[in-house]
Amino acid sequence: MTVMQLIFLLNAAVTIIAGIMMSRVRRLLHAALWLVLALFGVAVTFGLLEASFLAIVQVVVYIGAIAILILFAIMLTRGGTDDTYDNSKRWIISLVVALIALGGILLALFTWPQGQALTTPLTAAQQDIGAIGIALLDPEGYLIPFEISSILLLAALVGSIYVGIEHKGEEK
Amino acid sequence: MSFIADPVSFITNWLNSLLSGWGIPDMWVQFIMFIIGAGLLAFGAMIFTIGLIWLERKLGGRIQDRIGPNRIGPWGVFQPIADMLKIFTKEYITPIGADILLYNLAPILAMAAVLGLWAVIPLSSTAYGTNINVGALYLIGIGAIGELGIILAGFSSNNKYALLGGYRAVAQLLSYEVPMAITLLIPVMFAGSMGLNDIAGAQKVAFIFQAPVAALIFFIAGIAENGRAPFDLMEADSEIVAGYNIEYSGLKFGMYYVADFLHAFTSALLFATIFLGGWRGPGAEQYPILGFVYLFVKTAVVYLLTVTIRFTVPRLRIDQVMAFNWKYLTPLALATLLVTALVDKIAPAGQGLLRIILLLVANVLLFLLADRLVTLYRKNHQKLRKVVSEFRPVPVTIRPSVAADEPEVQS
Repeated sequence: MTVMQLIFLLNAAVTIIAGIMMSRVRRLLHAALWLVLALFGVAVTFGLLEASFLAIVQVVVYIGAIAILILFAIMLTRGGTDDTYDNSKRWIISLVVALIALGGILLALFTWPQGQALTTPLTAAQQDIGAIGIALLDPEGYLIPFEISSILLLAALVGSIYVGIEHKGEEK
Repeated sequence: MSFIADPVSFITNWLNSLLSGWGIPDMWVQFIMFIIGAGLLAFGAMIFTIGLIWLERKLGGRIQDRIGPNRIGPWGVFQPIADMLKIFTKEYITPIGADILLYNLAPILAMAAVLGLWAVIPLSSTAYGTNINVGALYLIGIGAIGELGIILAGFSSNNKYALLGGYRAVAQLLSYEVPMAITLLIPVMFAGSMGLNDIAGAQKVAFIFQAPVAALIFFIAGIAENGRAPFDLMEADSEIVAGYNIEYSGLKFGMYYVADFLHAFTSALLFATIFLGGWRGPGAEQYPILGFVYLFVKTAVVYLLTVTIRFTVPRLRIDQVMAFNWKYLTPLALATLLVTALVDKIAPAGQGLLRIILLLVANVLLFLLADRLVTLYRKNHQKLRKVVSEFRPVPVTIRPSVAADEPEVQS
Protein backbone atom coordinates (compact mmCIF):
# COMPACT_ATOMS: atom_id res chain seq x y z
CA MET A 1 0.00 0.00 0.00
CA THR A 2 1.39 3.35 -0.99
CA VAL A 3 1.21 6.48 1.12
CA MET A 4 -1.31 7.97 -1.28
CA GLN A 5 -3.62 4.99 -0.92
CA LEU A 6 -3.36 5.19 2.85
CA ILE A 7 -4.24 8.89 2.83
CA PHE A 8 -7.06 8.24 0.39
CA LEU A 9 -8.58 5.50 2.53
CA LEU A 10 -8.35 7.59 5.70
CA ASN A 11 -9.86 10.56 3.94
CA ALA A 12 -12.64 8.49 2.39
CA ALA A 13 -13.51 7.07 5.80
CA VAL A 14 -13.61 10.54 7.36
CA THR A 15 -15.76 11.90 4.53
CA ILE A 16 -18.28 9.07 4.68
CA ILE A 17 -18.51 9.15 8.47
CA ALA A 18 -19.00 12.91 8.33
CA GLY A 19 -21.74 12.45 5.77
CA ILE A 20 -23.54 9.87 7.91
CA MET A 21 -23.17 11.97 11.05
CA MET A 22 -24.52 14.97 9.20
CA SER A 23 -27.82 13.22 8.66
CA ARG A 24 -27.87 11.59 12.08
CA VAL A 25 -27.18 14.33 14.62
CA ARG A 26 -30.12 16.13 16.17
CA ARG A 27 -28.59 19.53 16.52
CA LEU A 28 -28.87 21.45 13.25
CA LEU A 29 -25.68 23.38 13.92
CA HIS A 30 -23.69 20.20 14.39
CA ALA A 31 -25.15 18.84 11.19
CA ALA A 32 -23.86 21.91 9.37
CA LEU A 33 -20.39 21.38 10.82
CA TRP A 34 -20.36 17.72 9.85
CA LEU A 35 -21.30 18.92 6.38
CA VAL A 36 -18.25 21.20 6.45
CA LEU A 37 -16.06 18.21 7.33
CA ALA A 38 -17.58 16.13 4.52
CA LEU A 39 -17.02 18.96 2.04
CA PHE A 40 -13.47 19.30 3.26
CA GLY A 41 -12.94 15.60 2.68
CA VAL A 42 -14.11 16.05 -0.90
CA ALA A 43 -11.60 18.90 -1.27
CA VAL A 44 -8.84 16.59 -0.03
CA THR A 45 -9.93 13.98 -2.58
CA PHE A 46 -9.60 16.60 -5.33
CA GLY A 47 -6.16 17.44 -3.97
CA LEU A 48 -5.12 13.78 -4.07
CA LEU A 49 -6.16 13.70 -7.72
CA GLU A 50 -3.84 16.67 -8.36
CA ALA A 51 -6.83 18.86 -9.19
CA SER A 52 -5.62 21.57 -6.85
CA PHE A 53 -7.76 24.28 -8.46
CA LEU A 54 -10.92 22.30 -7.81
CA ALA A 55 -9.73 21.48 -4.30
CA ILE A 56 -9.22 25.12 -3.40
CA VAL A 57 -12.42 26.23 -5.12
CA GLN A 58 -14.25 23.59 -3.11
CA VAL A 59 -12.88 25.12 0.09
CA VAL A 60 -13.47 28.72 -1.00
CA VAL A 61 -16.99 28.24 -2.30
CA TYR A 62 -18.44 25.53 -0.11
CA ILE A 63 -16.68 26.15 3.19
CA GLY A 64 -15.87 29.82 2.84
CA ALA A 65 -19.17 30.98 1.43
CA ILE A 66 -21.94 28.42 1.66
CA ALA A 67 -21.13 26.77 4.98
CA ILE A 68 -20.63 30.14 6.69
CA LEU A 69 -23.96 31.29 5.26
CA ILE A 70 -25.65 28.13 6.50
CA LEU A 71 -24.13 28.65 9.95
CA PHE A 72 -25.34 32.25 9.99
CA ALA A 73 -28.80 31.20 8.87
CA ILE A 74 -29.01 28.54 11.60
CA MET A 75 -27.74 30.85 14.32
CA LEU A 76 -30.14 33.64 13.37
CA THR A 77 -33.13 31.30 13.13
CA ARG A 78 -35.03 30.41 16.25
CA GLY A 79 -34.95 26.72 17.03
CA GLY A 80 -31.98 26.00 14.85
CA THR A 81 -29.63 25.69 17.76
CA ASP A 82 -31.51 23.40 20.13
CA ASP A 83 -31.22 19.66 19.86
CA THR A 84 -34.92 18.81 19.70
CA TYR A 85 -35.07 19.01 15.94
CA ASP A 86 -36.56 15.82 14.60
CA ASN A 87 -35.14 14.96 11.22
CA SER A 88 -36.65 11.50 10.92
CA LYS A 89 -40.17 12.51 9.87
CA ARG A 90 -39.82 12.10 6.14
CA TRP A 91 -37.17 9.41 6.13
CA ILE A 92 -38.85 7.29 3.42
CA ILE A 93 -38.79 10.12 0.89
CA SER A 94 -35.21 10.95 1.87
CA LEU A 95 -34.20 7.31 1.45
CA VAL A 96 -35.78 7.08 -2.01
CA VAL A 97 -34.17 10.32 -3.20
CA ALA A 98 -30.78 9.30 -1.82
CA LEU A 99 -30.97 5.84 -3.37
CA ILE A 100 -31.99 7.22 -6.78
CA ALA A 101 -29.13 9.75 -6.67
CA LEU A 102 -26.63 7.10 -5.60
CA GLY A 103 -27.85 4.70 -8.27
CA GLY A 104 -27.58 7.37 -10.94
CA ILE A 105 -24.04 8.30 -9.93
CA LEU A 106 -22.95 4.66 -9.76
CA LEU A 107 -24.51 3.94 -13.15
CA ALA A 108 -22.74 6.91 -14.68
CA LEU A 109 -19.44 5.87 -13.11
CA PHE A 110 -19.62 2.25 -14.27
CA THR A 111 -20.67 3.10 -17.82
CA TRP A 112 -17.95 5.75 -18.13
CA PRO A 113 -14.93 3.97 -19.65
CA GLN A 114 -12.37 6.17 -17.89
CA GLY A 115 -13.99 5.38 -14.56
CA GLN A 116 -12.25 2.01 -14.59
CA ALA A 117 -8.78 3.30 -15.49
CA LEU A 118 -6.09 3.98 -12.92
CA THR A 119 -4.98 7.57 -12.45
CA THR A 120 -1.82 8.67 -14.17
CA PRO A 121 0.40 11.63 -13.27
CA LEU A 122 -0.80 14.80 -15.00
CA THR A 123 1.17 16.41 -17.79
CA ALA A 124 2.07 20.09 -17.62
CA ALA A 125 -0.63 20.93 -20.16
CA GLN A 126 -3.26 19.21 -18.03
CA GLN A 127 -2.23 21.18 -14.95
CA ASP A 128 -2.80 24.48 -16.75
CA ILE A 129 -5.82 26.02 -15.03
CA GLY A 130 -6.17 28.44 -17.93
CA ALA A 131 -7.86 25.59 -19.77
CA ILE A 132 -10.75 25.74 -17.28
CA GLY A 133 -11.19 29.45 -17.89
CA ILE A 134 -11.16 29.01 -21.66
CA ALA A 135 -13.62 26.12 -21.46
CA LEU A 136 -16.00 28.18 -19.32
CA LEU A 137 -15.99 31.24 -21.59
CA ASP A 138 -15.71 29.52 -24.97
CA PRO A 139 -18.93 29.55 -27.08
CA GLU A 140 -18.14 25.99 -28.11
CA GLY A 141 -17.47 25.04 -24.51
CA TYR A 142 -19.63 25.81 -21.50
CA LEU A 143 -20.39 29.49 -22.11
CA ILE A 144 -24.19 29.16 -22.12
CA PRO A 145 -24.49 27.08 -18.92
CA PHE A 146 -22.02 29.45 -17.28
CA GLU A 147 -24.01 32.55 -18.22
CA ILE A 148 -27.33 30.95 -17.30
CA SER A 149 -26.05 30.03 -13.86
CA SER A 150 -24.79 33.57 -13.36
CA ILE A 151 -28.23 34.93 -14.30
CA LEU A 152 -29.74 32.50 -11.79
CA LEU A 153 -27.42 33.80 -9.09
CA LEU A 154 -28.27 37.38 -10.01
CA ALA A 155 -31.99 36.58 -9.79
CA ALA A 156 -31.42 35.00 -6.37
CA LEU A 157 -29.53 38.10 -5.27
CA VAL A 158 -32.27 40.48 -6.42
CA GLY A 159 -34.92 38.24 -4.89
CA SER A 160 -33.21 38.06 -1.52
CA ILE A 161 -32.76 41.82 -1.46
CA TYR A 162 -36.46 42.25 -2.24
CA VAL A 163 -37.44 39.84 0.52
CA GLY A 164 -35.01 41.29 3.00
CA ILE A 165 -35.67 44.98 2.40
CA GLU A 166 -38.05 46.86 4.65
CA HIS A 167 -41.12 47.86 2.67
CA LYS A 168 -41.94 51.31 3.95
CA GLY A 169 -45.61 52.08 4.43
CA GLU A 170 -46.80 48.53 3.79
CA GLU A 171 -46.57 47.34 7.34
CA LYS A 172 -48.96 48.04 10.17
CA MET B 1 25.60 23.38 -3.87
CA SER B 2 27.29 24.51 -0.70
CA PHE B 3 25.81 24.85 2.73
CA ILE B 4 26.43 28.59 3.05
CA ALA B 5 24.77 29.56 -0.24
CA ASP B 6 21.68 27.44 0.09
CA PRO B 7 21.24 25.81 3.50
CA VAL B 8 17.69 24.56 2.99
CA SER B 9 18.37 22.61 -0.21
CA PHE B 10 21.60 21.32 1.30
CA ILE B 11 19.89 19.93 4.39
CA THR B 12 16.99 18.58 2.32
CA ASN B 13 19.34 16.73 -0.03
CA TRP B 14 21.40 15.43 2.86
CA LEU B 15 18.35 14.13 4.74
CA ASN B 16 16.96 12.65 1.53
CA SER B 17 20.14 10.69 0.85
CA LEU B 18 20.40 9.68 4.51
CA LEU B 19 16.85 8.29 4.60
CA SER B 20 17.27 6.59 1.21
CA GLY B 21 20.54 5.13 2.48
CA TRP B 22 18.61 3.44 5.28
CA GLY B 23 16.60 1.61 2.65
CA ILE B 24 13.33 3.48 3.06
CA PRO B 25 11.25 3.56 -0.14
CA ASP B 26 11.18 6.85 -2.05
CA MET B 27 7.55 7.69 -1.41
CA TRP B 28 7.93 7.22 2.33
CA VAL B 29 11.05 9.42 2.24
CA GLN B 30 9.00 12.11 0.54
CA PHE B 31 6.22 11.67 3.09
CA ILE B 32 8.65 11.93 6.01
CA MET B 33 10.26 15.00 4.46
CA PHE B 34 6.86 16.68 4.13
CA ILE B 35 6.07 15.93 7.77
CA ILE B 36 9.44 17.29 8.94
CA GLY B 37 9.09 20.37 6.76
CA ALA B 38 5.55 21.14 7.92
CA GLY B 39 6.49 20.57 11.56
CA LEU B 40 9.58 22.78 11.35
CA LEU B 41 7.70 25.57 9.56
CA ALA B 42 4.82 25.58 12.05
CA PHE B 43 7.10 25.29 15.08
CA GLY B 44 9.46 27.95 13.77
CA ALA B 45 6.61 30.34 13.06
CA MET B 46 5.23 29.93 16.58
CA ILE B 47 8.64 30.38 18.24
CA PHE B 48 9.13 33.43 16.05
CA THR B 49 5.88 34.87 17.40
CA ILE B 50 7.40 35.13 20.89
CA GLY B 51 9.84 37.70 19.52
CA LEU B 52 7.06 39.44 17.62
CA ILE B 53 4.94 39.86 20.73
CA TRP B 54 7.83 41.50 22.56
CA LEU B 55 8.62 43.76 19.58
CA GLU B 56 5.05 44.86 19.17
CA ARG B 57 4.49 45.57 22.84
CA LYS B 58 7.75 47.46 23.18
CA LEU B 59 7.21 49.48 20.01
CA GLY B 60 3.60 50.14 20.96
CA GLY B 61 4.76 51.40 24.33
CA ARG B 62 7.31 53.73 22.79
CA ILE B 63 4.86 55.06 20.21
CA GLN B 64 2.29 55.81 22.89
CA ASP B 65 4.88 57.40 25.19
CA ARG B 66 5.01 54.44 27.58
CA ILE B 67 7.97 52.24 28.45
CA GLY B 68 6.52 48.87 27.49
CA PRO B 69 7.87 45.61 28.92
CA ASN B 70 11.05 46.39 30.87
CA ARG B 71 11.36 43.97 33.79
CA ILE B 72 12.54 40.60 32.59
CA GLY B 73 15.85 40.54 30.74
CA PRO B 74 17.45 43.47 28.93
CA TRP B 75 14.70 45.79 27.60
CA GLY B 76 12.21 43.20 28.77
CA VAL B 77 12.95 40.77 25.96
CA PHE B 78 12.06 37.71 28.03
CA GLN B 79 8.65 39.08 29.03
CA PRO B 80 6.73 37.02 26.41
CA ILE B 81 8.50 33.86 27.59
CA ALA B 82 7.41 34.55 31.16
CA ASP B 83 3.89 35.24 29.89
CA MET B 84 3.97 32.02 27.91
CA LEU B 85 5.02 29.95 30.92
CA LYS B 86 2.32 31.63 32.98
CA ILE B 87 -0.37 30.89 30.42
CA PHE B 88 0.63 27.20 30.38
CA THR B 89 -0.17 26.93 34.07
CA LYS B 90 -3.54 28.68 33.91
CA GLU B 91 -6.80 26.87 34.45
CA TYR B 92 -9.06 26.09 31.53
CA ILE B 93 -12.51 27.40 32.30
CA THR B 94 -15.39 26.09 30.24
CA PRO B 95 -18.55 28.15 30.63
CA ILE B 96 -21.81 26.46 31.59
CA GLY B 97 -23.91 25.64 28.55
CA ALA B 98 -20.95 25.77 26.20
CA ASP B 99 -20.84 23.41 23.27
CA ILE B 100 -17.77 21.52 24.47
CA LEU B 101 -16.60 20.08 21.16
CA LEU B 102 -16.97 23.30 19.17
CA TYR B 103 -15.62 25.37 22.04
CA ASN B 104 -12.37 23.41 21.94
CA LEU B 105 -12.23 23.10 18.17
CA ALA B 106 -12.49 26.84 17.48
CA PRO B 107 -9.03 27.97 18.71
CA ILE B 108 -7.40 25.11 16.79
CA LEU B 109 -9.09 26.25 13.58
CA ALA B 110 -8.07 29.86 14.18
CA MET B 111 -4.45 28.87 14.71
CA ALA B 112 -4.43 26.40 11.80
CA ALA B 113 -5.74 29.04 9.41
CA VAL B 114 -2.80 31.30 10.15
CA LEU B 115 -0.17 28.55 10.07
CA GLY B 116 -1.71 27.22 6.86
CA LEU B 117 -0.76 30.43 5.10
CA TRP B 118 2.91 29.65 5.66
CA ALA B 119 2.63 26.52 3.53
CA VAL B 120 2.62 28.49 0.26
CA ILE B 121 4.83 31.48 1.06
CA PRO B 122 8.21 31.22 -0.71
CA LEU B 123 10.90 32.13 1.83
CA SER B 124 13.67 32.03 -0.78
CA SER B 125 14.00 30.78 -4.34
CA THR B 126 14.46 27.21 -3.08
CA ALA B 127 12.77 27.21 0.32
CA TYR B 128 9.00 27.02 0.16
CA GLY B 129 6.43 24.60 1.51
CA THR B 130 4.74 23.94 -1.78
CA ASN B 131 4.28 25.93 -4.98
CA ILE B 132 0.73 24.87 -5.79
CA ASN B 133 -0.56 26.46 -8.98
CA VAL B 134 -3.46 28.09 -7.12
CA GLY B 135 -1.54 29.71 -4.28
CA ALA B 136 -3.38 33.04 -4.48
CA LEU B 137 -6.75 31.32 -4.27
CA TYR B 138 -5.45 29.19 -1.41
CA LEU B 139 -4.83 32.35 0.61
CA ILE B 140 -8.51 33.27 0.29
CA GLY B 141 -9.64 29.71 0.99
CA ILE B 142 -7.61 29.32 4.15
CA GLY B 143 -9.02 32.62 5.43
CA ALA B 144 -12.43 30.95 5.39
CA ILE B 145 -11.24 28.42 7.96
CA GLY B 146 -10.17 31.25 10.25
CA GLU B 147 -13.65 32.74 9.94
CA LEU B 148 -15.10 29.37 10.86
CA GLY B 149 -12.90 29.39 13.97
CA ILE B 150 -14.20 32.80 14.98
CA ILE B 151 -17.90 32.16 14.40
CA LEU B 152 -17.68 28.85 16.27
CA ALA B 153 -15.92 30.51 19.20
CA GLY B 154 -18.59 33.18 19.34
CA PHE B 155 -21.40 30.70 19.16
CA SER B 156 -20.14 27.88 21.36
CA SER B 157 -19.19 30.11 24.30
CA ASN B 158 -22.84 30.58 25.36
CA ASN B 159 -22.22 34.26 25.93
CA LYS B 160 -24.05 37.13 24.29
CA TYR B 161 -20.99 39.32 24.02
CA ALA B 162 -19.04 36.50 22.41
CA LEU B 163 -21.86 35.89 19.93
CA LEU B 164 -22.12 39.58 19.04
CA GLY B 165 -18.36 39.77 18.69
CA GLY B 166 -18.36 36.69 16.49
CA TYR B 167 -21.05 38.07 14.17
CA ARG B 168 -19.30 41.36 13.93
CA ALA B 169 -15.88 39.86 13.32
CA VAL B 170 -17.11 37.51 10.61
CA ALA B 171 -19.10 40.27 8.92
CA GLN B 172 -15.96 42.37 8.77
CA LEU B 173 -13.70 39.53 7.63
CA LEU B 174 -16.11 38.38 4.92
CA SER B 175 -16.54 41.94 3.65
CA TYR B 176 -12.86 42.74 3.44
CA GLU B 177 -12.12 39.48 1.68
CA VAL B 178 -13.89 40.92 -1.37
CA PRO B 179 -11.50 43.79 -2.23
CA MET B 180 -8.59 41.60 -1.14
CA ALA B 181 -9.52 38.85 -3.58
CA ILE B 182 -10.11 41.36 -6.39
CA THR B 183 -6.75 43.05 -5.93
CA LEU B 184 -5.02 39.69 -5.70
CA LEU B 185 -6.10 39.16 -9.30
CA ILE B 186 -3.79 41.95 -10.48
CA PRO B 187 -0.46 40.33 -9.47
CA VAL B 188 -1.87 37.05 -10.80
CA MET B 189 -2.56 38.79 -14.11
CA PHE B 190 0.95 40.23 -14.24
CA ALA B 191 2.70 37.00 -13.32
CA GLY B 192 0.45 34.74 -15.42
CA SER B 193 0.29 32.26 -12.55
CA MET B 194 -1.46 31.89 -9.21
CA GLY B 195 1.54 30.20 -7.58
CA LEU B 196 3.10 32.52 -5.03
CA ASN B 197 6.63 31.45 -5.93
CA ASP B 198 5.92 32.30 -9.57
CA ILE B 199 4.44 35.65 -8.54
CA ALA B 200 7.53 36.46 -6.48
CA GLY B 201 9.82 35.27 -9.25
CA ALA B 202 8.04 37.35 -11.91
CA GLN B 203 8.76 40.64 -10.18
CA LYS B 204 11.75 41.99 -12.02
CA VAL B 205 10.21 45.33 -11.09
CA ALA B 206 8.24 45.02 -7.89
CA PHE B 207 4.49 44.99 -8.54
CA ILE B 208 3.95 47.90 -6.15
CA PHE B 209 5.40 50.19 -8.85
CA GLN B 210 3.06 48.75 -11.45
CA ALA B 211 -0.08 48.57 -9.32
CA PRO B 212 0.24 50.98 -6.38
CA VAL B 213 -3.52 51.37 -5.90
CA ALA B 214 -3.99 47.61 -5.78
CA ALA B 215 -1.12 47.39 -3.28
CA LEU B 216 -2.75 50.04 -1.10
CA ILE B 217 -6.12 48.28 -1.15
CA PHE B 218 -4.45 44.95 -0.37
CA PHE B 219 -2.57 46.54 2.52
CA ILE B 220 -5.70 48.10 4.01
CA ALA B 221 -7.71 44.92 3.54
CA GLY B 222 -4.86 43.01 5.16
CA ILE B 223 -5.04 45.18 8.29
CA ALA B 224 -8.82 44.74 8.36
CA GLU B 225 -8.45 40.95 8.01
CA ASN B 226 -6.17 41.03 11.05
CA GLY B 227 -8.66 43.03 13.03
CA ARG B 228 -6.03 45.58 13.99
CA ALA B 229 -6.66 49.25 14.65
CA PRO B 230 -8.33 51.14 13.02
CA PHE B 231 -10.35 48.01 12.24
CA ASP B 232 -10.11 46.38 15.68
CA LEU B 233 -13.85 46.10 16.09
CA MET B 234 -13.64 42.43 16.94
CA GLU B 235 -12.19 43.25 20.32
CA ALA B 236 -13.69 46.66 20.87
CA ASP B 237 -13.38 46.65 24.65
CA SER B 238 -15.74 49.54 25.17
CA GLU B 239 -18.55 48.00 23.13
CA ILE B 240 -18.42 44.21 23.25
CA VAL B 241 -15.92 43.65 26.10
CA ALA B 242 -13.45 41.48 24.20
CA GLY B 243 -15.32 39.97 21.32
CA TYR B 244 -15.61 36.36 20.31
CA ASN B 245 -12.84 35.03 22.56
CA ILE B 246 -14.13 36.49 25.82
CA GLU B 247 -14.86 33.12 27.45
CA TYR B 248 -11.51 31.55 26.66
CA SER B 249 -8.83 31.15 29.27
CA GLY B 250 -5.39 29.67 29.56
CA LEU B 251 -3.74 28.28 26.47
CA LYS B 252 -6.97 28.34 24.51
CA PHE B 253 -6.96 32.11 24.78
CA GLY B 254 -3.23 31.95 24.12
CA MET B 255 -3.88 30.33 20.78
CA TYR B 256 -6.06 33.24 19.69
CA TYR B 257 -3.44 35.63 21.01
CA VAL B 258 -0.59 33.95 19.13
CA ALA B 259 -2.72 33.58 16.00
CA ASP B 260 -3.44 37.31 16.10
CA PHE B 261 0.21 38.35 16.35
CA LEU B 262 1.36 35.77 13.83
CA HIS B 263 -1.37 36.80 11.41
CA ALA B 264 -0.16 40.41 11.51
CA PHE B 265 3.34 39.31 10.57
CA THR B 266 2.06 36.84 7.97
CA SER B 267 0.06 39.61 6.30
CA ALA B 268 3.22 41.67 6.04
CA LEU B 269 5.02 38.63 4.65
CA LEU B 270 2.29 38.16 2.05
CA PHE B 271 2.38 41.82 1.09
CA ALA B 272 6.16 41.66 0.71
CA THR B 273 5.88 38.49 -1.39
CA ILE B 274 3.07 39.65 -3.64
CA PHE B 275 3.85 43.34 -4.13
CA LEU B 276 7.47 43.92 -3.09
CA GLY B 277 9.12 41.07 -4.95
CA GLY B 278 9.48 38.63 -2.04
CA TRP B 279 12.91 37.01 -2.01
CA ARG B 280 14.00 38.78 -5.19
CA GLY B 281 17.08 40.99 -5.03
CA PRO B 282 20.57 41.15 -6.45
CA GLY B 283 22.22 37.74 -6.30
CA ALA B 284 19.24 36.01 -4.69
CA GLU B 285 19.02 33.32 -7.37
CA GLN B 286 22.67 32.25 -7.16
CA TYR B 287 22.77 32.47 -3.37
CA PRO B 288 19.30 31.58 -2.09
CA ILE B 289 20.29 32.49 1.46
CA LEU B 290 20.25 36.15 0.36
CA GLY B 291 16.58 35.63 -0.48
CA PHE B 292 15.80 35.16 3.22
CA VAL B 293 17.55 38.44 4.01
CA TYR B 294 15.72 40.41 1.30
CA LEU B 295 12.36 38.94 2.24
CA PHE B 296 12.96 39.63 5.91
CA VAL B 297 13.97 43.25 5.32
CA LYS B 298 10.96 43.91 3.08
CA THR B 299 8.61 42.19 5.53
CA ALA B 300 10.05 44.13 8.46
CA VAL B 301 9.33 47.45 6.71
CA VAL B 302 5.70 46.49 6.05
CA TYR B 303 5.26 44.98 9.51
CA LEU B 304 6.63 48.01 11.33
CA LEU B 305 4.29 50.18 9.27
CA THR B 306 1.27 48.13 10.36
CA VAL B 307 2.41 48.27 13.99
CA THR B 308 2.82 52.04 13.77
CA ILE B 309 -0.66 52.37 12.29
CA ARG B 310 -2.09 50.11 14.96
CA PHE B 311 -0.78 52.21 17.82
CA THR B 312 -1.47 55.57 16.22
CA VAL B 313 -5.03 55.70 14.91
CA PRO B 314 -8.29 55.38 16.85
CA ARG B 315 -10.98 52.81 16.16
CA LEU B 316 -13.66 53.27 13.50
CA ARG B 317 -17.34 52.62 14.08
CA ILE B 318 -18.82 49.45 12.62
CA ASP B 319 -20.95 51.35 10.07
CA GLN B 320 -17.90 53.34 8.99
CA VAL B 321 -15.89 50.16 8.53
CA MET B 322 -18.63 48.58 6.42
CA ALA B 323 -19.29 51.74 4.40
CA PHE B 324 -15.59 52.19 3.73
CA ASN B 325 -15.37 48.65 2.40
CA TRP B 326 -18.51 48.45 0.31
CA LYS B 327 -18.80 52.03 -0.90
CA TYR B 328 -15.14 52.80 -1.43
CA LEU B 329 -12.64 49.93 -1.42
CA THR B 330 -14.66 47.41 -3.40
CA PRO B 331 -15.65 49.75 -6.28
CA LEU B 332 -12.11 51.11 -6.38
CA ALA B 333 -10.69 47.59 -6.49
CA LEU B 334 -13.04 46.68 -9.36
CA ALA B 335 -12.14 49.84 -11.28
CA THR B 336 -8.43 49.20 -10.70
CA LEU B 337 -8.79 45.67 -12.01
CA LEU B 338 -10.55 46.87 -15.18
CA VAL B 339 -8.09 49.70 -15.86
CA THR B 340 -5.06 47.54 -15.15
CA ALA B 341 -6.34 44.81 -17.46
CA LEU B 342 -6.87 47.43 -20.20
CA VAL B 343 -3.39 48.94 -19.84
CA ASP B 344 -1.94 45.44 -19.62
CA LYS B 345 -3.46 44.70 -23.02
CA ILE B 346 -2.30 48.02 -24.55
CA ALA B 347 1.27 47.61 -23.32
CA PRO B 348 1.87 43.89 -22.84
CA ALA B 349 4.72 42.49 -20.76
CA GLY B 350 8.15 42.98 -22.26
CA GLN B 351 7.70 46.64 -23.12
CA GLY B 352 9.90 47.64 -20.24
CA LEU B 353 9.74 51.20 -18.98
CA LEU B 354 6.82 52.32 -21.15
CA ARG B 355 4.52 49.74 -19.62
CA ILE B 356 5.46 50.68 -16.08
CA ILE B 357 4.98 54.40 -16.77
CA LEU B 358 1.59 53.76 -18.39
CA LEU B 359 0.47 51.62 -15.45
CA LEU B 360 1.69 54.21 -12.98
CA VAL B 361 -0.12 57.04 -14.76
CA ALA B 362 -3.32 54.99 -14.92
CA ASN B 363 -3.07 54.23 -11.21
CA VAL B 364 -2.42 57.82 -10.22
CA LEU B 365 -5.38 59.00 -12.33
CA LEU B 366 -7.59 56.35 -10.74
CA PHE B 367 -6.58 57.33 -7.26
CA LEU B 368 -7.09 61.05 -7.91
CA LEU B 369 -10.52 60.36 -9.41
CA ALA B 370 -11.54 58.22 -6.44
CA ASP B 371 -10.28 60.86 -4.04
CA ARG B 372 -12.18 63.58 -5.90
CA LEU B 373 -15.40 61.56 -5.84
CA VAL B 374 -15.12 60.98 -2.11
CA THR B 375 -14.49 64.68 -1.49
CA LEU B 376 -17.53 65.62 -3.57
CA TYR B 377 -19.67 63.06 -1.77
CA ARG B 378 -18.60 64.35 1.60
CA LYS B 379 -19.28 67.95 0.60
CA ASN B 380 -22.81 67.09 -0.51
CA HIS B 381 -23.63 64.89 2.46
CA GLN B 382 -21.89 66.68 5.26
CA LYS B 383 -25.04 68.30 6.63
CA LEU B 384 -26.84 64.98 6.87
CA ARG B 385 -24.26 63.41 9.12
CA LYS B 386 -25.24 63.16 12.75
CA VAL B 387 -22.95 64.37 15.47
CA VAL B 388 -22.37 61.49 17.85
CA SER B 389 -22.08 63.42 21.10
CA GLU B 390 -23.78 66.74 21.48
CA PHE B 391 -23.10 69.44 24.01
CA ARG B 392 -25.57 69.25 26.84
CA PRO B 393 -25.55 72.13 29.28
CA VAL B 394 -27.72 70.41 31.88
CA PRO B 395 -27.50 66.75 32.78
CA VAL B 396 -30.78 65.14 31.84
CA THR B 397 -32.59 63.33 34.59
CA ILE B 398 -35.62 61.22 33.90
CA ARG B 399 -38.52 61.74 36.21
CA PRO B 400 -41.10 58.97 36.08
CA SER B 401 -43.86 61.23 34.79
CA VAL B 402 -41.68 62.79 32.07
CA ALA B 403 -40.20 59.47 31.05
CA ALA B 404 -43.62 58.13 30.28
CA ASP B 405 -44.37 61.07 27.99
CA GLU B 406 -41.02 61.28 26.22
CA PRO B 407 -39.51 57.85 25.72
CA GLU B 408 -36.63 59.28 23.61
CA VAL B 409 -34.97 61.13 26.48
CA GLN B 410 -32.00 59.25 27.78
CA SER B 411 -29.67 60.11 30.59
